[in-house]
Amino acid sequence: MNSRDTIVQRAVQEIKDGMYVNLGIGLPTLVANAISPDINVMLQSENGLLGIGPYPTEAEIDADLINAGKETVTANPGASFFDSAESFAMIRGGHIDVAILGGMEVSENGDLANWVIPGKMIKGMGGAMDLVVGAKRVVVIMEHVNKYGESKVKSSCSLPLTGKGVVDRLITDLAVFDFTPNGMELIELADGVTLEELKEKTEAKFNTTNFALI
Amino acid sequence: MIGKVLDSFEEAVRQIPDGASIAVGGFGLSGIPEKLIYALKETGVKNLTIISNNCGTDHHGLGVLLENKQVKKMIASYVGENKTFEQQLLNGDLEVELCPQGTLAERLRAGGAGIPAFYTATGVGTVIADGKDSKVFDGKEYILEKAIVADFAFVKAWKGDKSGNLVYRKTARNFNPLAATAGKITFVEVEELVEVGELDPDEIHTPGVYVQHILLGDNYEKTIERRTVREASIV
Repeated sequence: MNSRDTIVQRAVQEIKDGMYVNLGIGLPTLVANAISPDINVMLQSENGLLGIGPYPTEAEIDADLINAGKETVTANPGASFFDSAESFAMIRGGHIDVAILGGMEVSENGDLANWVIPGKMIKGMGGAMDLVVGAKRVVVIMEHVNKYGESKVKSSCSLPLTGKGVVDRLITDLAVFDFTPNGMELIELADGVTLEELKEKTEAKFNTTNFALI
Repeated sequence: MIGKVLDSFEEAVRQIPDGASIAVGGFGLSGIPEKLIYALKETGVKNLTIISNNCGTDHHGLGVLLENKQVKKMIASYVGENKTFEQQLLNGDLEVELCPQGTLAERLRAGGAGIPAFYTATGVGTVIADGKDSKVFDGKEYILEKAIVADFAFVKAWKGDKSGNLVYRKTARNFNPLAATAGKITFVEVEELVEVGELDPDEIHTPGVYVQHILLGDNYEKTIERRTVREASIV
């Protein structure tokens, strides 16, 4: 498995039967395809759809039915449509069980940066800042190091924040961490990754109290 | 009742002056009021402030107003689909106020509902909070966001009746009902215009009270930004 597959396969385990889930654009979108058909989940799209279905066939394509990534989609049985204020009312009101978002940097106190790189063209935060404060649980998925081999799991974020202290769980290709009142805790190591290797590739300080118990 | 139905998009948008603010519905290119936007391009009015989640793409939607250098300021949550936007921003020809998507939706909703401002946790601890009042409720910090009321609103609905009652279709609803309430003068374009009484009152998304002018559009482009498909299953 490549690192992205590792992340996606681990991330999909966060989604349980009966959940209402928002998946971000990019890597999180791939998580949708990995959800077992045996479980029943409602995927939310912040442009106004609860119950995202598969991509349409050529015959089904409808310009009036897209997801937040502006891709054509379908609506599953039981789906509903609503306006953007309603959509963010369910997000900010704490009605979405879990939001899975991509990340550029996560810090040891659970800060997330994922919307802008200074000096590069600004695109905007879209709904990310709302999702990270509103969803009951925020899971960030990203590769552990950047293309230069530098840790994206930082002592503090160098990029502008999307949210402060908002991450509940971080899943990378190397490990899974939780952010708790006791700080950043290692929960799992990916197959074939040693604690030494993880420490070497992680700028953030994390504790292994719970991990050691397993 | 004063007639709300107008026949000509060109004449309708002629009442919009230089420097006006306009709340515009749509998400990406889905559910955008394309006929009103293209008619406004023809008038050439300038120094507009546009409030819209996105700013179209190059050559489509609000992107055409940018290309025509009619926009002075843009309030949006995501503008990454548009190269003209980038260029004008770098040149200093365009001012942008980025606003989180939920905050933008709520600012329009609040504006339309007569609520001048509201507190939200969105943006706390980020650049969005800079210069804004904050307050702690039950131990959690919130920032104060101001409502938006625009001089005009451009709205796209699927069906409307001649008194301005509106029904939207699927995810083309998005920001349209919010823009409709936040405009002092709201223009709506529809794909189907019916007589008063033909819409079931239970199915109306936007009551006609918010609508000042309604126009019937045709030949909708409905441009798709990302055409994603699956194979049809073989039965």
